Amino acid sequence: MTDETMHAVWRGLLADMIRIRVFEERCAELYGESKIRGFLHLYIGEEAIASGVMRCLEPRDAVLATYREHGHALLRGVPAESIMAEMFGKSTGCSGGRGGSMHLFDKPRRFFGGNAIVGGHLPLAVGLGLADQMLGRSGAVTVCFFGEGAMAEGEFHEALNLAALWNVPVLFCCENNRYAMGTSLRSSESQIDLALKAASYAIPAWSVDGMDVLEVHRATTKALTAIRADGGPMFIEFQTYRFRAHSMFDPDLYRDPAEVEKWKQRDPIVTFTERLLADSVLEQTDVDALWDAARAETEAAVDSAEQAPIEPVETLLDHVTRPVTERSTAEANDRPAAAGTVQDIKTQDSEADDDDSGDGDDDDGDVWP
Amino acid sequence: MTDITMTYREAMREALHEALATDDRVIILGEDVADYGGTYAVTKGLHEEFGRDRVRNTPLSESGFVGAGIGAALGGMRPIVEIMTVNFSLLALDQLVNTAATLLHMSGGQFNVPLVVRTTTGAGRQLAAQHSHSLEGWFAHVPGLKVVAPSTPQDARWMLPTALADPNPVIIFEHSGLYNERGDVDPTSGPVDLERAAVRRDGDDLTIIASAGMVPKALNAATALAESGVSAEVIDLRSLRPLDLPTLATSVGRTHRALVVDEGWRTGGLSAEVAAAITEACFWSLDAPVGRLATLEVPIPYAKHLETAAVPQIDDIVAAARTVAGRSDG
Repeated sequence: MTDETMHAVWRGLLADMIRIRVFEERCAELYGESKIRGFLHLYIGEEAIASGVMRCLEPRDAVLATYREHGHALLRGVPAESIMAEMFGKSTGCSGGRGGSMHLFDKPRRFFGGNAIVGGHLPLAVGLGLADQMLGRSGAVTVCFFGEGAMAEGEFHEALNLAALWNVPVLFCCENNRYAMGTSLRSSESQIDLALKAASYAIPAWSVDGMDVLEVHRATTKALTAIRADGGPMFIEFQTYRFRAHSMFDPDLYRDPAEVEKWKQRDPIVTFTERLLADSVLEQTDVDALWDAARAETEAAVDSAEQAPIEPVETLLDHVTRPVTERSTAEANDRPAAAGTVQDIKTQDSEADDDDSGDGDDDDGDVWP
Repeated sequence: MTDITMTYREAMREALHEALATDDRVIILGEDVADYGGTYAVTKGLHEEFGRDRVRNTPLSESGFVGAGIGAALGGMRPIVEIMTVNFSLLALDQLVNTAATLLHMSGGQFNVPLVVRTTTGAGRQLAAQHSHSLEGWFAHVPGLKVVAPSTPQDARWMLPTALADPNPVIIFEHSGLYNERGDVDPTSGPVDLERAAVRRDGDDLTIIASAGMVPKALNAATALAESGVSAEVIDLRSLRPLDLPTLATSVGRTHRALVVDEGWRTGGLSAEVAAAITEACFWSLDAPVGRLATLEVPIPYAKHLETAAVPQIDDIVAAARTVAGRSDG
């Protein structure tokens, strides 16, 4: 990599972290104004992880995230307007106003939520990896984000065991912010070396500094290169800290303010900015421009969300089940008694994908960011 | 073409065989589905023909492999997940209720889950209180799921292709007591309409509504009732969600009396839903309160005589039907 290319990546990483920070600080204000309701979980302080990981991904990859996923969605290319509209409960939101902050989805970008059952999406990641493996999408990776709290859930253990047994191309990204809601790591995990715990499933696992975006980027690049080549799962623990409370309902009684202040000294945006300035990769005016651009993006998203229409109550019951279309019924009836060829199936799939497929392998090429 | 006589188990296996043979996206996931052949031997031999990748053993991780099935469905596969018994499905309740049933709506219509789950239900094999329950009513409670229960080899054969063609999660409840039952299967009938109840026997004096393992018992009861002059119509619900209310209402509108027979418990059970729906739809044409016969409110016991006493039997159905028909003294 030339210095120039490398510096472009670094500038991008800083820009990404700033976009998340600005977007979420505005979300907190909007929550105070009652524009956003429900639960709102902010990622402030943890931005280096999503920024470092998401920049390594390709369109063919799949992403699953937790309920603290605004930043992941934003960096996956989900437009800020549609994320903000979703939080406003508007029909133009990326989940049509049915999901809210915790359930951002975007099919064209292979962004599979936005999951609010802690650990519940880890088995889904195994299944997505299995589909990639069995449908011949060699090199595609499913990236699954979760907090360290999920590692106490049974589904973590079931999913890692399955992933290793089936050798599926999944990167498990543990965002260890040290508190499962208000319960500290030491209170929730008998083994606080989380990489060691994951490694017990015969999965390559290691721990990196999640406050250092270059470390995150480097570790993810290394993991993805290996997974794309060999197919098997990997696990990375990113050690991080959330600067805000768990959610807007959380009075944050369980953390020593001094501890919070200590971690804030390691703010990934501040430290990385200082580094890029010191190395003359950026001038202060460049940094200011990144913040201005992020503010402009966020304000445009807020304006757009304010103006956006709400979903009419008349369509409330849409999408509970998808209608069995004439085409998919016909497909069932026409199903040949003799074995069809793979080619036949692929052809059927591309014709009928939107109607009968969870997420076809052939409809994703047109809307990539 | 002439019908072929086969067991419920063979019919289900033939359906699975066809699914694997005709669609490369179909895989079977579950505990001991390969070498062991499935606890009830439904998948026996399939791995030899289709390989262990497609007929794939899982560890004892119900939530994990049901979730993996959901993920594979999202990724473009057509997974059929076998859960050994409905009791074990509770370990996967999170995936079924919080994920499979919600994703389509929660994502604003973007992500449907074309997943088929097969599991066994029902008592009668002295398997006691952790292998014998009938909890299909719980799943029928949940918007976003479709729940079906084949009671005949014909439905065991042909419900699966319909379920696989459905873009939504479908749970198939197979009654463990039916696997050895033989019946005629039309090899050419093709996928069935999953959402329609079936009138299994015509009658005029009352309508008996049953599902899964209660259907053969209801039919035997109807035969006994006919001998004493009570003409019972028997309806097999087939689909527990959605309920085919029009078929029920048409029948009860004609017979004016209804008995709902359910192997689940009575309180908050499927029989309550069916009875309420019939009452709402047919109140003005009812000649008697809608009757309900359900499993006694007890964990299913081991001892044969106790198990038999807990679950509705043919004589119980006859007696309950006579009461509903106003002929209890006859």
